[in-house]
Amino acid sequence: MAEYEPWAASRAAEIIAVHAGQEGATLPILHALQQTFGYVPAQAIPQIAEALNLTRAEVHGIASFYHDFRSAPPGRHVLRLCRAEACQSLGADRLAAEVQARLDVDWHDTTGDGAVTLEPVFCLGLCAVGPSGMLDGKPLGRLDVARVKAALDAAR
Amino acid sequence: MTRVFISRDAASLALGADTVAAAVAAAGPVELVRTGSRGMFWLEPMIEVETPAGRIAYGPVQPEDVPGLHSAGLLTGGAHGLRLGRPEELAFLAAQTRLTFARCGVTDPVSLEEYRRHGGLKGLARAIEIGPAATITAVTDAGLRGRGGAGFPTGIKWRTAAEAKGPRKFIVCNADEGDSGTFADRMLMEGDPYCLIEGMVIAGLAVGATKGWIYTRSEYPHAAATFDAALVNARRAGLLGADVLGSGFAFDIEQRIGAGAYICGEETSLLDSLEGRRGQVRAKPPLPAHKGLFGCPTVINNVITLASVPVILAEGAAHYRDIGMGRSRGTMPIQIAGNVRHGGLFEAGFGLTLGEIVEDIGGGTLTGRPIRAVQVGGPLGAYFPPALFDTPFDYEAFAARDGLIGHGGVVVFDDTVDLARQARFAMEFCAEESCGKCTPCRIGSVRGMEVIDRILAGDRVDANLTLLRDLCETMKFGSLCALGGFIPYPVMSALIHFPEDFRRASALAAD
Repeated sequence: MAEYEPWAASRAAEIIAVHAGQEGATLPILHALQQTFGYVPAQAIPQIAEALNLTRAEVHGIASFYHDFRSAPPGRHVLRLCRAEACQSLGADRLAAEVQARLDVDWHDTTGDGAVTLEPVFCLGLCAVGPSGMLDGKPLGRLDVARVKAALDAAR
Repeated sequence: MTRVFISRDAASLALGADTVAAAVAAAGPVELVRTGSRGMFWLEPMIEVETPAGRIAYGPVQPEDVPGLHSAGLLTGGAHGLRLGRPEELAFLAAQTRLTFARCGVTDPVSLEEYRRHGGLKGLARAIEIGPAATITAVTDAGLRGRGGAGFPTGIKWRTAAEAKGPRKFIVCNADEGDSGTFADRMLMEGDPYCLIEGMVIAGLAVGATKGWIYTRSEYPHAAATFDAALVNARRAGLLGADVLGSGFAFDIEQRIGAGAYICGEETSLLDSLEGRRGQVRAKPPLPAHKGLFGCPTVINNVITLASVPVILAEGAAHYRDIGMGRSRGTMPIQIAGNVRHGGLFEAGFGLTLGEIVEDIGGGTLTGRPIRAVQVGGPLGAYFPPALFDTPFDYEAFAARDGLIGHGGVVVFDDTVDLARQARFAMEFCAEESCGKCTPCRIGSVRGMEVIDRILAGDRVDANLTLLRDLCETMKFGSLCALGGFIPYPVMSALIHFPEDFRRASALAAD
């Protein structure tokens, strides 16, 4: 489980300043902001634009292009389930539907108690041990509903 | 103290390798070495114990097996139901030709000493000795082609960049391994990162680049961490820096992390992403070798391409070229995945048939049902029926049957698969991941989903099938890159080899 800091413009400015000098700094900045705050706050967009001499529209365009960058904070735990073909061959679609029903969420949603955000992922490179997933960065293989539940229970 | 080896490859971790390692450490004093994986994932978590008779493997081990293993004499290679014997003698490993993955699963991946002791850095020493021109010639003569999927001759790419003029030149390693069914890049970065570093340094030396970049996908945090740890050690040992191993040549590597966009595995999108932009495809020409990263001459190669270079230099071009078939020379790490009993990485010379790969080596499906389809080459690869299992694993042979080997991923499906649904997924994936730059891909994929939905609903099936074929033609020939251009492969192969799946709804309506 990740601990995130509350939004603070001064903290964002610090992070941006650390990375702004490198070539192609946009992705490193966006990653660092998300690592700190759990998402890329909209308030950070003009700050990035200012630091990199880009327009706000350009920065928004970049942040929204990549699936990884969230525009809202996640739950206390992030569960990613693979939706790609190798995992499909072992019932990933059915597993995802069951997990969604059990947690009462759709993709990208967070459970009502704020505990778990469910995200789809297209391949974790765990294609020989599918269906696969990742909970807070920890890889999970040969998943079924019981193993997903056990992993979530252990994390909570 | 007895040395015990347990993989920390992400797939081994996914099966509980850390818990097993903790149980082994708690059971008695051992020197625990965390390695990459041998690539036999149905045997993971696997334990290997160093004995006078060589390493003895046990697997698949669960934490609760550990006390029993200890009583049976685990540390001296004692008999037990999970004892597999010497790993090199297991049929799956014994039948391979491990050149690129020779050290993977054997050594501690972040120990540069072990890398050296197991033959590492010989290739770089040779490249320094013979110089850039002869290095490029060796790579060309070896017949190495891009392992990312396109199969372009590596030596020609290097020569083009070497001859190009620019204020700076770059080596870019494409570690955005997004194809489902592939994990060779991940395994290599987690299991033998110095091999990739050595390959990148050799490439830099050959073309006159002083900086290398590696673009690693964010879905691979373990690979990124291991690679970063190796970079730190490589700098400390002078393998990277202002004077590489005393050669007078400067080279360093910086790792950047992607952000979940499949399209960034396409080389020009990757370059745009590295430059800090949306990962959108560039029109070619100019080739990246002329005008690549930040407008400078750039060699962009896949992880496995670069990691194949050290052995070519160390053992000579002929050693590599003499393996393989036709114009596909050397070895390919075939990744056997999906619904398969013996899933894992099988490095072999080109030329095995698809049937040998999935039935003999893979052992058929995990569910025990008959194989109905095999998708080769990731989400842009064709679905092959058993009738085409005689196709040899070779760039040209797959192309001749309207397929591609791509990055070497082989995904097995049993007879419960619905190929019309898989075709629909291909279009959905393309719509989700399209960079949006060209219309056939951006709009075509959405229209493709809609057309397949109508077919699945039994709505004017013949007319919509004609429309789907026409759409696939447009996407194939009108798209800017391989995403829109190749998505017709899975769709059309499903349609040609499994036509009955597209007529279920209309058959129901006729009943």
